[in-house]
Order: sequence, then structure tokens, then C-alpha cells
Amino acid sequence: MSDSTAISNSAAADVGHSHHGEHPPYQRHHFETVEQQADTTNFAMWLFLLTEVMFFGGLFTAYMIMRNWYYPAFVEASHQLNIGWGSANTAVLILSSFTMAMGVWSAEMRKKGMLVLFLSLTFILGLAFLGIKSIEYHEKWVKHHVPGLHWSDASFLNPASDPEVHKDYPGDKPLQSDMAEKTQMYFFLYFAMTGMHALHMIIGISILGFMIVRARAGAYTTGHVNYVENFGLYWHFVDIIWIFLFPLLYLISRH
Amino acid sequence: MDHISPVLWQFLVKWLTHFALFPPEASKIAPEMDALYFFMALVSLVGLTLVVLLIVSFSILYNKTRHPRAVQIEGSTILEATWTIIPLGLFLIMFVWGALLYFRIYTPPANAMNIYIVGKQWMWKAEHPGGQHEINDLHVPMGRPIQLTLISQDVFHSFSIPAFRVKREAIPGRYTTVWFEATTPGTYHLFCTQYCGTNHSQMIGEVTVMTPDDFKKWLEGSTSGNSLAQDGERLFSSLSCSSCHNTRPDARGPSLANVYGSRLTLSTGETITVDEAFLRQAILNPSQHTTQGYAPIMPTYQGQVSEEGVIALVEYIKNLDSDYRVQQTLNTTDFVPEGQTGKAPTASQKPAAQKEVKP
Amino acid sequence: MSAATIVSLPDQSTARIPKMNFLTKENGLLSWLLTGDHKRIATLYLISITFFFFIGGALAGLIRLELLTPQTSLMAADTYNKVFTMHGVIMVFLFLVPSVPATIGNFMIPMMVGAKDLALPKVNLLSWYLYIIAGCMVIYTMAAGGVDTGWTFTTPLSTHYLNTHVISTGLAIFVAGFSSIFTGLNFIVTIHKMRCPGMTWFRLPLFVWANYAASILMVLGTPVLAITLVLVVLERTVHIGVFDPAYGGDPILFQHLFWFYSHPAVYIMILPGMGVISEVVSTFSRKRVFGYTAVAFSSVAIAVFGFFVWAHHMFIMGISNYAALVFSLLTMLVAVPSAIKIFNWAFTLYKGSITFETPMLYAFGFMGLFTIGGMTGVFLGSTGTDIHLTETYFIVAHFHFVMVGGMLMAFLSGIHFWWPKWTGRMYPEKISQFAAVVTFIGFNFTFFPQFILGTLGMPRRYAAYPPEFQALNVFSTAGATILGVGYLLPILYLTWSLKYGEVAGNNPWQATGLEWQTQSPPLTENFPEIPIMDHEAYDYEWLERQQEKEVASVG
Repeated sequence: MSDSTAISNSAAADVGHSHHGEHPPYQRHHFETVEQQADTTNFAMWLFLLTEVMFFGGLFTAYMIMRNWYYPAFVEASHQLNIGWGSANTAVLILSSFTMAMGVWSAEMRKKGMLVLFLSLTFILGLAFLGIKSIEYHEKWVKHHVPGLHWSDASFLNPASDPEVHKDYPGDKPLQSDMAEKTQMYFFLYFAMTGMHALHMIIGISILGFMIVRARAGAYTTGHVNYVENFGLYWHFVDIIWIFLFPLLYLISRH
Repeated sequence: MDHISPVLWQFLVKWLTHFALFPPEASKIAPEMDALYFFMALVSLVGLTLVVLLIVSFSILYNKTRHPRAVQIEGSTILEATWTIIPLGLFLIMFVWGALLYFRIYTPPANAMNIYIVGKQWMWKAEHPGGQHEINDLHVPMGRPIQLTLISQDVFHSFSIPAFRVKREAIPGRYTTVWFEATTPGTYHLFCTQYCGTNHSQMIGEVTVMTPDDFKKWLEGSTSGNSLAQDGERLFSSLSCSSCHNTRPDARGPSLANVYGSRLTLSTGETITVDEAFLRQAILNPSQHTTQGYAPIMPTYQGQVSEEGVIALVEYIKNLDSDYRVQQTLNTTDFVPEGQTGKAPTASQKPAAQKEVKP
Repeated sequence: MSAATIVSLPDQSTARIPKMNFLTKENGLLSWLLTGDHKRIATLYLISITFFFFIGGALAGLIRLELLTPQTSLMAADTYNKVFTMHGVIMVFLFLVPSVPATIGNFMIPMMVGAKDLALPKVNLLSWYLYIIAGCMVIYTMAAGGVDTGWTFTTPLSTHYLNTHVISTGLAIFVAGFSSIFTGLNFIVTIHKMRCPGMTWFRLPLFVWANYAASILMVLGTPVLAITLVLVVLERTVHIGVFDPAYGGDPILFQHLFWFYSHPAVYIMILPGMGVISEVVSTFSRKRVFGYTAVAFSSVAIAVFGFFVWAHHMFIMGISNYAALVFSLLTMLVAVPSAIKIFNWAFTLYKGSITFETPMLYAFGFMGLFTIGGMTGVFLGSTGTDIHLTETYFIVAHFHFVMVGGMLMAFLSGIHFWWPKWTGRMYPEKISQFAAVVTFIGFNFTFFPQFILGTLGMPRRYAAYPPEFQALNVFSTAGATILGVGYLLPILYLTWSLKYGEVAGNNPWQATGLEWQTQSPPLTENFPEIPIMDHEAYDYEWLERQQEKEVASVG
């Protein structure tokens, strides 16, 4: 912000450009027009999302390779995931994407109250997602399914010892010990992938909190929707990552 | 000479006595690799000379005093095409030439003598089929193709013999191979070239190339009494492998006689050729390597057998080339004729078993 | 030779540094630490990377001293391992990757495209802070006892077999990676969206093209390194992971992921350097770069091919022979655009009007050393000879020829070229020419013997070595001393010039780039008003007409 105020006392500001005095306050000094600014930041956000694709791409590659190698372990391990919670979380995220989109719309329509409402809803839904995720993580901990830290192969060496899951998947056969061990690889990837996703959620929620405060002060409803729009892109992207994670981790081995 | 600093003095002495510029050529592949090396060096030299000549002559011809006004030139498609196509052509020659060498070095001939190499922090262990063990040393006969099958027990290592121009990484969890045929008796450096931790630079040794007669003497003098296969045989019974892998009609595991080198259909439907890598995997990760028609009941031996142990077992299984040998080992009395049971396909039954496989 | 020069300085008795410029605009530490000005951030970067360069250089000195004798006489093997690891980490991630882009690129790209700033000034500042955080983490690592994985972090060595500070180093590189992602992202956006009127893609200086290509690599490659390091850190924390062969993981997968970034990283380092050379060679031969389009597209070609050659680091690691074949072929293809560039630069001299100021001397050094570095890369790209030469001093010599002989020469060339623009003052010409020659000689003395050592089979990363390799190692160490002098000199006279250097004026080299058409040091906003690009890049006739006009109006 310091440089947008700097323009007023800069000698350069007095030279030539007649439109200098008419800058809306949110236009950064180095852009010629508001459109250029919107266009540029938008493009930057898309590029950033591209780097994020590459970031998650590494995890997806590892997942694909390991799944291909240790197919039976990945199938049985994925049966340990709670599809109920997973679906609930998917619904929560899709809903939050909707409220986020509505938030962007409210900003465009310059409706401050609605913007704050929708941003707050998105914020709450984001927290709800993390809440459900932590219930799932807790479940894994209790069942000794945290590789390296709190681990036991029992559910896979003898599926009958785990009646809850066995009831839903009576076809699961006991895995040989060497294959049962590979289920750790599945859970390692499960935690790495959902953990990285959750980290993105936490970053998103923090920014949302900041935005809600600023939106209440009327920051985004004076025609400057850029920030909200770009954040919306990020939020939808995090949502889309989940839309890939959910089937890969929960659904694909359900038959 | 006292006023010369010790370092400088030492340097002068070494300069006069030990000053290597090019490594000895002690394998069949070495002169061929060097031919490519010198070809590339020549091309580089010509290329570099050309660039330097261009820079120097243009600097002289067109420096500001002599040529005060530059003539603007946009470019020249013909010239640019020339220096695109000529380097490309040269690089492609180097690519093909290099690839031919690469395929030779990493494709051992069928008649090669196999030596196992186990790398661990920070030593090389060589295991000869006759049961001779060596540490940081390798004795090989000249004039005979030698295949090395390498594996690491911990981190990545790399087995390098500069005089032979061969090198291969020893990787944890899988076998890699390389081969050479030594041509000149002598001792040569053996290095670990992949950084492997604190004493990486101590993981060095010597390769001794001997005449066939000397090598024979060496083998006899260094035997530990048991061949590698015999070590494997002992392990085979002490780990109770024989309780399933026998030729009895009710055997729970397939017979292993003649299994090495055969085509085998797995319970996953995949058909593979049994090699050292497969045998190793089948011992450590049996669930993915179950022969079709058998229940997946074999436990893993991961953590119970060292890499040397696995090598001994593999070597034993490789040498199980007659049913007689199996029967002798297992003290069984009957040989099961083929077709009596589908559960224990012997080597001779294997083609039949393969036909049952659905594509 | 000394008589002919294009340097044209204003009358020193009357010339003054402009009172209003980006350096004097605001004062106080905070005005620097919270700045959004790309030129100030570039200055911050320049100071920080120079700092880390000298730390890395001191470590290199220790390495060379240890290798003076065949035994581990100066330090124990584990200390030596830490020293070369820290040398690699600092030089690669804290010096080479940000060197030209984050300093010269940061300063010049907005000016070259005629913009007031980079598109995202705050992201630019964030990128510098991330760099500093990474730097602090590396310094912490060194203070806490160091790390000895080698800069390549080979698993399972890094994950299960060492008890040094792998995690803090890994996270430092992770953070530095995001710094580099943000720089690259900023460049791409700026080049796409912030060009001034008339600045079409084919009027961009080649420096901008080269940085654009490098930025693509930063944006697409670095995140893969980031996630790989996250997996390494996780594996180290919970003792199981996808790279762990004991649990069915695959250490080769680590190699694939690591080199998927780290090979393109080589091009991230060298491409901006090539951009510098294009500017310098053109300016000091008063000629448009020969085959502008070919040079521009060869940068992009290097970036694109650069993504598909990573497995040539793994030829001896047991990847399939056919995979090796494909990657070797692609490696040969990526060598071609570099060859094109070398010849195009050489022919830029043809019928030029050449002068030999310091940046040009460094550029000549670059062309010679990069040719050697590039050609020896072909030795390693060809699968057969790679077997013998990889993992030896040959590879050490090869990448130092490319990275130090190429990139560092280009960096110094660029620093000397743009120094007058940056600070408004000239450095002493004679001593800087001397430094360039010393660097060139010292460099060859240091690294050429290492090609022979590598051919002899001396493995890299050895604290002790067989005695017959000593003579060449002594040569190399002696050369390193000369090289050290070559690097210390610029620090001294450049610092001296800040106060005592002659006033440079707007355009001491008579160069055509937009950055030269404004005052030195520039205004915070770069130009009094947004320029309009009405000529091609490197149009020296346009420059002359421009100067005639000025003379006429003054007269």
C-alpha cells in the first residue's frame, strides 16, 4: 500500500497523464488501468494454480505407481476409510464452493452484507471440513492406522478382527504379511495427500478470516472485486483437488 | 631443499613419480569406449577451436579502430541451418555410438561367469559361486566374460572400475548387472562412486586380474569349504523352505527344480521369466509372486535373511537343475509322475500349466 | 585496443547523480524492508546473494584445501562431507538459481518492457523474504552441526541413514523453492501483461526472452522439488515413506522426482545468463544479435526440451536400457539450441564494431567456457561414455564449467554491464578488465585438471583419494586461489566505485535497451512517462538518430 500512496507525492505523477488524479484508491500505481490490474492478477492466480497442479502432481504420481504395485493392499486399506464422512466432506466442500461463488457475486453486485454473510458461510464450511477430517484422522489413530507412529497390520492380516469394516466388505481376504505391510504405504500417501490438502484449506481459511474483517469495513464492495475473485479461484482449486482425492482414496476400490 | 614447503616438496616428488593422465585399458570394452571418448574430444576440440577462431578473428578484423561502423545484418537462414544441422548430426552419431556401447555393457552374455556383489556402508563384499568371499577385493580371471550382479544392503552405492570403463549402481531392493572381460593381468582401482555417507571415500578396493591358471589356484586357496549353492541349500532347509517346496503330491509350494530361466505364470495372470531378481522378490515379497494354482500362504522372509543369504538361496535355486537333486535334498522317495495332480507342476509339466492360463 | 571505446560519460566537472532516484527516494531501513520497488528488491537480493556466494565460496576453498593432499589431513571425512554438501546447497539454491533472475532480472525486466514495476510488487518482496528465511534456515543448519547428504538428498541415505540436520535443510530448500516460484511467476505475468505500447514479443530484448523461458521452468519444475522434499521430510519424521525400499517404496522414484526439477534447474540457472550474453555481445559490437528469432526460440526450445531429459542422471541406476536410449536422444536434442546460441553470438561480432570493455571480456570468457562445458555435457549425455565418466570429477568439472564458467561469468558480465545503470557510477575500467582475465585464467586452472581426474576415474565427493591423483589436485587447488582473487577484486572496486566512481550518465555504453534511455539510477517509477517502443530491439541506427535529435535540440 505504501507505494500507492507514494504516487501522490512523486514528481512523476505531475507529468503528463491526465488520468492520474482519477485513480480509484485500489488501483496500484504501476498499472495503467484497472482492467490491466484485474487481468494481470487474474493471470498470476491461474499461473499459481498451475504450480499447485505440479505440486500435487508429484503426490498423484507416487500414488499411481504404488497403487499399481501393491493393488491388493491399496484396495483393502481403502476399505478402512469411512465413505460416509468422505461424502459428507465432499458435500461440505462443494457447498463451500457455491457460497464462495455467491460471495464473488455479492462483491460484484456491491452488496456488503451478503458478501460478509457468504464469506462467513464459506469460512464455517471450511472449518466444518477440517472438523470432519480430524474426526477421520482420530479414527485412524485409534485403529492404529497411522504409519510409522501408531501402526498395526492386524486389520489386514485378519479382516475378521475388524468387524465394523468386515461387515461392509465381507469379501476382504486376509493379506499375506508382506502385502499387509504395504498398506502402510497407502496410509502414508493418504496422510500426505489429505494433509497437504488440509494445509491448503488452513491457509485458505486464514485468508478468508482476514477477508471477512476487511469486507465488513467495505473493502471489496466498491468495485474492487479482484481480490475476492482471485481468492475464489484458489478456493475452487482446493475444492477440485479434493474432487480428485475423494474418488482416488475412498471410492476407487469399492467395486 | 629445506626452504621448500613440505606441500610443494611432496608435490614435486609426486609430480615426478606418479602422474597419471589416462587410465589403463584393461578390459575388452575399454579401447572401444576410449575410441568414442577421443572422437568426442576431437569434435569438442574442433568446435572450441572454431568458436575461438571466430571470436579472435572477428575481434581483430572488426574492432572499433579498424571498423568504426558496424554493418547491420539480420541473420542468415543458411548459416543458421548449417550450425543447427551439423551439430545435430554429430550429436546423433555420438548418441548412436554411445547407445551401442551402453547396450553392450549392460547386456551380459549368456556364458558369463556370475559374481555377486553386495554393497554396504562402507565395504564391498564379493561372493563367488564357489563360495569364496572377498571384502573390498575382487579377483577375476582374464579372457572370460564376468557378470556382476549387484545389490546394496542399505543405501545407493556404485561399483566403479575405471580401468575397465564400467560402473553400475548397487541399489537397495533390486539387482543390477554389469559385465566385462578383463584383458590384462594386474591390480586396478575399485571405487564406490555414489556418495553413501561418512566413509564414502574409504569404500575402495582393488580388482585383481589373473591368468586363468593363477585364478584357479586362487580359487582353490580361498575356498571356504562350501559353495554358494551349498550355503543356500543349508539355509533352504533351516528356513524350512523344503516343507512346502518339494515334489510330493500334496506339496503346498511349487517344485523349484529347473525353475530358473523358465517361463512362469503367476496368480495375477502375468507371465514372467524366472531370473535372479524374480527369485529374490519371491522370497521377500511372496504375495505378488505366487505361482498360479498355489494358495498365497508363503510368509515373507524380509528381515529374516540377509542379502548374502538371499544370494545363497538364489544361487541354490539356480542350480537345482535336476529332480534328482531335489529328491536327494528333501529325502523324498518317490518321484511324482506328471499329470497325477495339478498342484505340483514339476519342471516338465510347466508348459502344460501355461496353457491353462487365460489371456 | 585501449584507444577504441564506446564509453561516453558526461562531463565529470558538471555531472551529478540525479537527486531524485530510486535509491534516494525514501530513507531509513523500513523504507527498504517494506519496499515494493523492484529495483530496491533487486538491490536487497544482490546484497544477500553476494553474502551467500562468499559463504559458499569459502566452503569451496575448504574443499580445495582438503584435496591438496590424498589423506584426510585438514578435516575428518564427515566434516568434509558436510562442507561439500553445504557448498552445493548454498551455491545451487541460494546463489545460482536466484543469481541473474532475482537481481539483474528483477531490476531490468520491468525497465526493458517499459513498465513501472513488476506486476506483483508485494509478491516480489515476499519472494525476497522467503529467500531470507531459507537463508537463515541454512545458516541455522550450519551452526547446528550441518548436513551431509550431498545437495542431491539421495534416499534412503537422507531419510534413514544419517543423523544430521536433513529436515531443516530440506525445509530451507522448500522455502527457497517458493521464493523462486514467485519470482518466475512475477516475470511471466509482467512479460505478458505489462509491456509498454509498441513492445511486441519480437521487440523484446533477448534477455527478457531468456528469463521468460527460465521462469516457465521455475513455475513448473520447482513445485515438484517442493513436494519431493516434503515427502523426504515426512519419511524422515515417521520412518516410513514412498522412497523407503524396506517397506516397498522406491528410491528410484525419488531420483525421478528430484531430477524432474533439478535438471531443468540447470537451465533455470544458465538461461538468464545466456540472456545477459546476448545483451552484452550486441552492445559491444554495435550490432543487432545475429538471428534474433533463432536465439529467442532456442531459449524456449531449451526450456521445453529441458523438461524431458531428467533421467540422464540415472543412466547407471538400473532404469531400463530403452528408457536410457530415449533420454539420451532427447539430451542430444537439447544440446543443439545451445550450439545455435554460441554460433549466433560469434556471428554477431561479424562486421561489427567491437570494443573490449569489462562486460565484453566476461562474455568472451563465457562463450569459451560454456562451449567446453556444453561439449563435455555431450560426453555425459551419450549413454556409453556416461557409464565411465559419471559420478567422477569429470561431472564435477562439467557442471562447474557450465555453472561457474558459464553462469557466474555471465552474472559478472551482467553486473559490470548494468552497474552504471544501477548505481549511476562507473567502476575503474583497467582493474575490472584485469579481474576478468584473472577469473578466466584461475577458472581454467581450477577446473580443467578435473576433467583429466574424472577420466582417470577419481570419484566425486571423496575426502581422500589415491596418491597418483595428487598432482592434478594440486593444480586445481592452486587455480582456485587465483580464482578466489578474481572474485574478491570486483567486490572491492565495485564497493569503491559507489562513492568514488565516475558519474555514468544515462547511457554510458550507448546501448539500445529501454532501461538505458532513462536516468541512472532510475526513478522509482523507472520512466518519467511510459515509453513507447517504436523500433526493433538492438536498433543502433534508431539510437543514433535519437542522439542527433538531442544534440540538435540542445544546440
